[in-house]
Formats: sequence, C-alpha cells, structure tokens
Amino acid sequence: MKIAITSKGNTLESELDPRFGHCAFFTIYDKTSGGFEVIPNPYKGNEEQAGTQAVKFLKDRGVEKIVSGDFGLKVKPLLNSLLIQMIVIKKPNTTINQIIELINH
Amino acid sequence: MARLKIPRKVMNPPIVRGFKPYGKEQGADNFESITLNFEEYEALKLCDYDMYNHSQASAIMNVSRPTFTRIYASARIKISKAFVEGRQIEIEGGKVYFDSEWFRCSSCECNFNNPHMQEKVTSCPLCGSKEVSSYPSNNEETATEDTCYCPTCGFEKRHQHGNRCNKELCPTCNKPMKRRGRQ
Ligand SMILES: [Zn+2]
Ligand SMILES: [Zn+2]
Ligand SMILES: [Zn+2]
Repeated sequence: MKIAITSKGNTLESELDPRFGHCAFFTIYDKTSGGFEVIPNPYKGNEEQAGTQAVKFLKDRGVEKIVSGDFGLKVKPLLNSLLIQMIVIKKPNTTINQIIELINH
Repeated sequence: MARLKIPRKVMNPPIVRGFKPYGKEQGADNFESITLNFEEYEALKLCDYDMYNHSQASAIMNVSRPTFTRIYASARIKISKAFVEGRQIEIEGGKVYFDSEWFRCSSCECNFNNPHMQEKVTSCPLCGSKEVSSYPSNNEETATEDTCYCPTCGFEKRHQHGNRCNKELCPTCNKPMKRRGRQ
C-alpha cells in the first residue's frame, strides 16, 4: 500500500510540508515493500489547479493515503470521490522519518 | 433561521450522476437541468424504493419527521418538474457526499477521514492506535462552507460557483434564495 507524504525536502530527515498542492516534494512510501521514492512536486509553482493536478499525479502512482498539513476545498471532494484517505498532521516540525515510524508501528 | 445541520452519513451513494430525457420536441431543450441533492435522493429512495414509512426513514437519515417530510416533498416536486418539463436531472453530492466523516487519533494526534464510508473506523491509519474518536470540530469547517438558503422556509444547498443565488427560486417554496454570509 502506497502512502504519499508532502515533504519540504528530499531526505527522510526533511519535515512534513504543511501545504498539499504547493508542497516541495512528495515522498511516496510503500508500506508493503518498505521502499520509498521522493519526487519533486511538478505543480509546486502552478497558480491554479495545483491541488487537483497533484491528486491526479498521485492517483496515477497508486497512492491510497496522503499525509499533509492541510487539504484545500477543491481537493477534499476529489479525494473523497477517488477513495483516497486524507491524514492531517498539525504538529509542527514533524519529520518524514517520524511519520514512517508511526506507519510501521 | 435554522443553522447548518451536522453532515449526515451516506448510506448508499447514487450509482449515476443524473438522468437525461430523450425524444424532446424542438425548442424544448433550453431548460436548465434540475439538481436533486443527495438528501432528496436518499429520502425518495428510502420511501418509494425501500418502502420505509416516513418515521422509519427519518430515523435512518437521522433527521426529524418534519425535516424528512420537507426533504421528501422537495424531491418529488423536483422530479415531477423534470418529468413534465422534460428537464435533465443532476444528482448532486450534497453536503454529505463532499464531506466524509473525520476522526482524530489521540495517540499520534493526527486527523483523518474515512473515504470508504461503508467500513467502520476502528484504528488510526497512521499509528494503528485504537484511541480514535469522531472529530466533531470538523462541523465548524462545514458550517463555513459556501451555501445558499431560503429565508422563507430554511431550505439549504451548496452554493454553485458562478450562480446568481438571488435570481434562483427555492425548490420547496418558490421564494428567492440567498447566499449565506454575503449581502
Ligand atoms: Zn494515530
Ligand atoms: Zn423556501
Ligand atoms: Zn448560491
């Protein structure tokens, strides 16, 4: 099962990026294999539609859950209809490593 | 004025997004489509398809009898209007459809939604803790959602972008609608 985490940087020590559509990177973690890949967000600079484009991008990569700090009003119904789960972490300075540790509990 | 209700649970989302009439006479196709919201769809289904009586159906939808009667009446008015005037029917998600239920994990302090609405939530999708509870403060978010309402009877619906609400008539009582929170 693949989980996307919005990330400020491209390492596991990077922090969770609180923005969804305009985050710097997506860390896609595969819970089944334990592997991960970090992809720069191609829509980071988009003024419009960044969120909905990013949803499609992640859906095409088989992501079933997304961890971020916030999801916009346009993105929420889209994710609902695609049955992709939203997980919101508001705690500041949470690192990607900490999130992966939680997932592997 | 009735406040926005707590978002209701979706039992069976509609399998289609709408209905189209066919065989229309020329010049009869300049009508706008009619939007049946999810509550109306559900009320109609419970009563006329599943054959529940009004008090059973209102209990299933978790609304009062008068509210249920209003939703059901509105559904029938809209559908007969679509039939008689040959209009297209769009089934809107309604509030419930767009806003799935939210939960909070008190162990890792994350919030999460439940996209698979038929399944029960028993543990946190992140840390696996069983310390999860529904997250009612999400209702505040829903309350700030863009809606229009009828000042006469209290009918509410999700505002559609680009719509001139004060030009629109309430589907229940035919009085002008208003946009919430705007002049
Ligand atoms: Zn948790
Ligand atoms: Zn009215
Ligand atoms: Zn409106």
